Amino acid sequence: MASTITLSVTRWRPDRSMPPGPQEYEVPLRKEWTVLDGLNHIKNEIDQTLAFRWSCRMGICGSCGMNVNGEPRLTCGAFLSDYAPGPIRVEPLANFPIARDLIVDMSDFMEKLPRVKPWVIRDDDVTEIDGEYLQTPEELDAYKQFSMCINCMLCYAACPVYGLDPDFVGPAAIALAERYDLDSRDHGARERLDVLIEHEGVWGCTFVGECTRVCPKHVDPAGAIQRYKLKAAQQTVKAFLLPRAMR
Amino acid sequence: MSGNLTLRQPMSTWWWLRKRTYFVFVMRELSSLFVAWYVLFLLLLVRAVDRGDAAYADFLDWAGSPVIVAINVVAFAFIVLHTVTWFSLTPQAMDLRVGGRPVPGWQIIAGQYAGLALVSGFVWWLVTR
Repeated sequence: MASTITLSVTRWRPDRSMPPGPQEYEVPLRKEWTVLDGLNHIKNEIDQTLAFRWSCRMGICGSCGMNVNGEPRLTCGAFLSDYAPGPIRVEPLANFPIARDLIVDMSDFMEKLPRVKPWVIRDDDVTEIDGEYLQTPEELDAYKQFSMCINCMLCYAACPVYGLDPDFVGPAAIALAERYDLDSRDHGARERLDVLIEHEGVWGCTFVGECTRVCPKHVDPAGAIQRYKLKAAQQTVKAFLLPRAMR
Repeated sequence: MSGNLTLRQPMSTWWWLRKRTYFVFVMRELSSLFVAWYVLFLLLLVRAVDRGDAAYADFLDWAGSPVIVAINVVAFAFIVLHTVTWFSLTPQAMDLRVGGRPVPGWQIIAGQYAGLALVSGFVWWLVTR
């Protein structure tokens, strides 16, 4: 095995008028090194002006998402040796505006997320509870998968619908709405449906399914969106057929 | 962190050629046109049958012409793609539970193929009896 590998890293600075372009760096090819380790090596030893996000380096924080050879990946989980002999293309996550080098601007998601009300909504007026709300293991299982989302944005980078129409609410936000809908403590399904039944909500999705394939936490946002469509359709039929009291 | 300080890169028109999964998706979407073509073809057949023997013979002549046969061969390939891809996506969209337990994906898919076989068998019987 060669002792080094080339990382072709996208560079862009907002204060210069140059378009984004690749810059090549040679980094040691070590069995246990990930793309993130390679980037940290560049930052520490070769070029300290390189900008990228990272934090936990163990697939928990969701900060280090980038496009690696065109595929959205958590760079802390993408091993250099899997891409040998290289070169490895490291680019900022697709479909987001670039802020600098490998850093993208996620404000769009931060604005969309609260719109789907991803918190427990109660229809009683209890502000303080006596003890706790109990859940059975089955009730926990119902939503647990969707609660694993770490907001890493890989699903948005993989979604061509979001790329073509940035108004689309998007996979992670809808999966998180589903996470609270399926929670036995929550009564907010109706409120969330009002937001997601809009065209830019679930109906924007054409079931490409790529969000689910790239998700490092196996959340299956595509599944969540299709189930939401079913709920939305059932609600529409009910609203058409049933008197108000029975909906 | 927004406005002039960030750079949005437009998506290429050819984004769907970049990845195999994107390409299959676009072909699956395209297959809907061929489903519509089959519906039209069937309606034309029904109309010809309704109009009597001469119209039916004309329809058969038209349907046997090389262009229509070629279109139908391509259409059939797309219908197969449509069926296989949508069947395999169904478990993701359906949270089917029997007695509280989730039904495994392969059983949902197998159920659809069984349904398809059943309906096809019925149509076969109806046409050939």
